[in-house]
Amino acid sequence: MSFYPFSYFPTLASEHGATIDQLTVAIFSFITIVFIGWLVFFAYTLFRFRSGKSPKAQARNPRGRWVYGLAAGILVAELFIHYGLGAGVGASQLSAISPTADTLQVRVVAQQFAWNIHYPGADGIFGRTAPEFYNDQSNPVGIDPDDELGKDDIVTFKQLYLPVNKPVRIELTSKDVIHSFFLPEFRIKQDVIPGMEIPVTFVPTMTTEAFRKLKGSETRDFEIACAQLCGVTHYSMKGTVRVLEKGAFNAWLIEKAPTESDDDDDFWADDDF
Amino acid sequence: MKPSTGNSGALGKIAHFFFSTDHKVVAIQYVVSALIMLFVGFLFMLLMRWQLAYPFQSLPLIGGWFPEDHPTMPGGVITANFYNQLGAMHGTIMIFLAVVPLAVGGFGTYLVPLMLGATGLAFPRLSKLGYWCYLSGTLILLGSFFLPGGAANSGWTAYPPLSVIENAGQTTWLIGVAFVYFSSLVLSINILTTIVQLRCKGLGFMRLPFFVWSQLVTSVLLLLAFPPLVAAAVMQLLDRVLGSSFFLPSGLVVSGEALDVSGGGSALLWQHLFWFLAHPEVYVLLLPAFGVVAEVIAANTRKPLFGYKGMVYSSIFLGIMSMLVWAHHMFLTGMGITLSEFFQITTIIISLPAVIVATSLVVSLWGGSIRFSVPMLYALAFLPMFGIGGLTGLPLAMSATNIMLHDTYYVIGHFHYVVAPGILFALFAGIYHWYPKVTGRKMNDRLGRWHFWPTLICMNGIFSHQILQGFAGVSRRLYDGGESYAHGMEAFGLNSGATWAAFGLLLVQAFFIVNFFYSLKWGEKVDRNPWKATSLEWAAPSPPLPEVNFETPPAAYRDAMTYSEPGAEKDYSPQWEPSS
Repeated sequence: MSFYPFSYFPTLASEHGATIDQLTVAIFSFITIVFIGWLVFFAYTLFRFRSGKSPKAQARNPRGRWVYGLAAGILVAELFIHYGLGAGVGASQLSAISPTADTLQVRVVAQQFAWNIHYPGADGIFGRTAPEFYNDQSNPVGIDPDDELGKDDIVTFKQLYLPVNKPVRIELTSKDVIHSFFLPEFRIKQDVIPGMEIPVTFVPTMTTEAFRKLKGSETRDFEIACAQLCGVTHYSMKGTVRVLEKGAFNAWLIEKAPTESDDDDDFWADDDF
Repeated sequence: MKPSTGNSGALGKIAHFFFSTDHKVVAIQYVVSALIMLFVGFLFMLLMRWQLAYPFQSLPLIGGWFPEDHPTMPGGVITANFYNQLGAMHGTIMIFLAVVPLAVGGFGTYLVPLMLGATGLAFPRLSKLGYWCYLSGTLILLGSFFLPGGAANSGWTAYPPLSVIENAGQTTWLIGVAFVYFSSLVLSINILTTIVQLRCKGLGFMRLPFFVWSQLVTSVLLLLAFPPLVAAAVMQLLDRVLGSSFFLPSGLVVSGEALDVSGGGSALLWQHLFWFLAHPEVYVLLLPAFGVVAEVIAANTRKPLFGYKGMVYSSIFLGIMSMLVWAHHMFLTGMGITLSEFFQITTIIISLPAVIVATSLVVSLWGGSIRFSVPMLYALAFLPMFGIGGLTGLPLAMSATNIMLHDTYYVIGHFHYVVAPGILFALFAGIYHWYPKVTGRKMNDRLGRWHFWPTLICMNGIFSHQILQGFAGVSRRLYDGGESYAHGMEAFGLNSGATWAAFGLLLVQAFFIVNFFYSLKWGEKVDRNPWKATSLEWAAPSPPLPEVNFETPPAAYRDAMTYSEPGAEKDYSPQWEPSS
């Protein structure tokens, strides 16, 4: 158990995450300095003016408007942290990054207590989805069976596959209650709210293989956690993220692409979970 | 229509106690009920803490009492559903049934009329109604555990749609909290009117003790913030009972079944309405704490507060700003950049008055003659503990760093630093400080010190572990302490540190409980002004006279905190003594 707080940070595996970590460290250094300085003054005051040493209180308070100066100083420091260091990484700014042609598009549909993941497939366009097509067994993300664009879509369950060093934009939505899509290693957290589609954008910078080597564990995965109380087994609403090299990711896409014969198969039959 | 006071006999005394509209009796009822609820909420927390540190293991000592087919604790192991109930009720109890009733219902109702030199509150019967509403709400909320399906289990924040589709306990919760909200509402009207109307001769607003100012701002906040929440609670109740869709969007599918509602509502609407109350609520808790600490520090340093007027204006500003920061709880709801920016800025601005008040309290120590009495120890400890609580809020206020820390144990650690070793310590200071006024006897000093030091250590033991756990990204409200996740397992060991500190905290509360009852009968007898303080409540006998408080109506001749005046023969100049 370490008391150096930042040693507890999860491994960092995304581009913007470094900014968040640096900002956290900067703010913490600032508040630690403020607090220690304050504590020294506090302790010295208590010691110097204890009744044994100072039997009679001074009649008048120290005059001065410097308390307001101090407060204003802290305000300025906060605004500096906000604008100087934090510029460009506000929570919603992350989701506002507009997709480029290079961006991988994924939809995630949360439900009690699972993450359903929807890739647009070879055509790069999602098939139409609607709540009336939801079927937990055969159609967990509710793709319209009559929509041609949806024929090549790929759906996985609790496992998000991503290519390394490529921007990904994930549209989040929920079937039932509020969840929160939390990827600790990628410094991503976003509430998933039914009735809303909320995007997050980030760039993974570490492959699962490299992560496993780093952790010294063959089975370790990047995790998807639910961070918003969503019901009785909220605590285990877990998914995993596999980050692959570009070639391996493309191979995975091809392997997963539905073939004609798949149409008759049970959705779950050939999957790997 | 005053209740008979001439009633003799035990039954008469009990009836008098229950039906009395004397503000002191009502306040004592609030204090006792709130302390009991504080203990109940604490016990709920201990059950949860055991499960977090030792998931799926039978509770120590009492685990064997529960049979394998027990509905909530089979074999002494808490079920996931019961854990969620405990979590929701811990928050509800601590905030609505313990700290607010203690700080405003107890301290406010008791002390405000005395500090104003008044004979009671402006509306005595309304105060009784408020207490009864509070008591009814409390009984309804506690009773919900015995309903089929148990108590509410969607968190004290009760976010829909979960809270709308969850068990029947949520309906009971809404009804129960509506009673409690209503009681706070009438309480705030009462205190506000009292402060405006019942100040004794010579007591201008700028001569009020800072505590009264803190209650004034608190009452205004309660008055403005509670009605939207009552409305929201009614709307959620309608969603649950009558099938309306205020908070339910279209197309909800739960467990594979389409929800049979019209839809078209907004899940976020609840969050806006809820936090519109619940953030000012933080200042409803904090301001009375500031007030208590200010009184205790002035009396124990023997000097006037530093920057009294600055503190008053800052508190008013704090109150106004607190109505404008609610959505900083919602940075991750995808509400948009502009809104996030706005609430981030207001959140940064609100730290300004908080820093001014806290710094003024610290600077007030400078040049004093500091007596380390038990109330003073608590008041002093409040300052660094509130400091940690406030400073750890800074990374949460920035929407960028908020991403990692939101909804983790870091948040839990942060706000508990504000509320537990912060606000609760201030309230403990108040209990030790005014106990002699209420009972005519002092609490035992040695037991008080034995209570203080281990409590301080254990509180820090609990919440420092949670701060670290939050850095590791461990989410809050996880039934198994994060065991399901690999990143949770990396910080799992911190759970047991926090849990054992919590059990230690339970043990040392025995010193307080024993002291509280022991001193009632055997505490050192005191006169009306044992701390040689200056505000008007110390002009009344200890305890103050039933119904009228003072032998003769007092008048105020100077500022509330006049200590160590040059040329005065003693080091305090009570407000009620005319200058010679």
